[in-house]
Amino acid sequence: MSDPRTASDPTSASDPAPAVTPRFSPLHEQHVALGASFTDFAGWQMPVRYTSDLAEHHAVRTAAGLFDISHMAEISILGEAAGAFLDEALAGRLSALAVGKAKYSLILDERGGIIDDLIVYRITDHEFLVVANASNRDAVVAALTARTADHGVAIDDRTDATALIAVQGPAAREVLEATPQFLAPELDELKYYAWTTGTFTGPEGDDSIEVLVARTGYTGEDGFELYLDVAHAAALWRALLAAGEPLGLQPCGLASRDTLRLEAGMPLYGHELGTSIQPVQAGLGRVVVTAKQSFVGKAAIEAGPGESARVLVGLAAEGRRAARAGYAVMSGDEVVGEITSGALSPTLGHPIAMAFVDPAHAEPGTTLDLDVRGSRIPATVVPLPFYKKEA
Amino acid sequence: MSAVPADLQYTAEHEWVRLEGDVATVGITQYAADALGDVVYVDLPKVGAAVTSGSIVGEVESTKSVGELYAPLNGEVVEANDAVVDAPETINSDPYGDGWLLKVRVAETPALLSADEYRALIGE
Repeated sequence: MSDPRTASDPTSASDPAPAVTPRFSPLHEQHVALGASFTDFAGWQMPVRYTSDLAEHHAVRTAAGLFDISHMAEISILGEAAGAFLDEALAGRLSALAVGKAKYSLILDERGGIIDDLIVYRITDHEFLVVANASNRDAVVAALTARTADHGVAIDDRTDATALIAVQGPAAREVLEATPQFLAPELDELKYYAWTTGTFTGPEGDDSIEVLVARTGYTGEDGFELYLDVAHAAALWRALLAAGEPLGLQPCGLASRDTLRLEAGMPLYGHELGTSIQPVQAGLGRVVVTAKQSFVGKAAIEAGPGESARVLVGLAAEGRRAARAGYAVMSGDEVVGEITSGALSPTLGHPIAMAFVDPAHAEPGTTLDLDVRGSRIPATVVPLPFYKKEA
Repeated sequence: MSAVPADLQYTAEHEWVRLEGDVATVGITQYAADALGDVVYVDLPKVGAAVTSGSIVGEVESTKSVGELYAPLNGEVVEANDAVVDAPETINSDPYGDGWLLKVRVAETPALLSADEYRALIGE
């Protein structure tokens, strides 16, 4: 068979950083001890799986999964004008975000293209935490820095000092509550896209440290993301794993993270998002507050990408053969689109994909063909997400 | 460490061959199966198909990637493992046993790698 190391790999960042020296997560030793397989993601050696992609995927849908996503970039924005600055620098109206809340946002270029998608947390009136993709850390820091000119704000890239652990799945809250060294107030009251401050005390009775506990995630399940100092990450990881195992918690790698987010219809930079794509094409028009007087990309967003610009759709097929990123979407003999992500859905049991297609072929119910390495696989345009957790 | 049974022969494309008389049983190595992850789809050639060494004869697909299956030798397919098509996960659980893929009647004795040579190839 073809060398599996070079087979198409949807979990790899599409713009691999020219990393001469691989970067390691503060949890690397934990992953090695758990027998993980590793993959390069934007220059970081990250766990791709511990046991089985499918078992890890199902654990998140039915119980809980533990993810190390410490490669993601944490960037603090500090200053009295931080809110006004982000209103100008990003697509959303972050000045209106309440302390204790989070918001999904985008950073655009002057042409209205997407530099990255972001989660923005409001820490205080004068401090925000911007979380960007690992592959876009430099681009986001550079764009934010370039936009600070007259705002009097400071940009502090805290990625190297910050670990990020996600606990995702219907049992995620129980896992946190069962971890004796971890304390967070009233997690059951914490709303989706809100955060609170928890504390973690190491096993040797070390001084307790603060943990930013956010009810956010990238799996389509309930769950939490925990931001903390790298020095304490391994102890928290082990404590969560020990407390969570009786509840079905499994460590999960990037392979399952990719199939989970795909089922949930969540975009991935380099696949559904990029600088040649305007938000409206990716179904993210609502994220851009065009009513703002000024923001980077406003003129281009108002002009729009053009009537013939391709739009993102969900595609569902029968059988087990999945279309992958880059494959053509056909209507008759005409190429009308391209797959951006695709897999056999572990939860649904049939192939699913996201694709950019010509607007004439984007209506749900439209029948198209996917060119899977020379074979035509019929597929139907379906609304996103493919999978939605029970309320 | 991946298992590399000493009694099999190998190819640089991470396939194994068990030659018994003039029939070769073919599968993918544990190293390949581990690198792919959970196999969810297998496409195999039909019985009676003539295959040429190095030609693509099928696919092994996991949740995250696709691998092409190459014929490791010249010959004719005499059996395809339908049980693996129905239960592709067998390739992960038993790559050298129930996870075999093809039986090929070989036309000539092929040049293949020994277990030691394959182990060196994958750096183990």
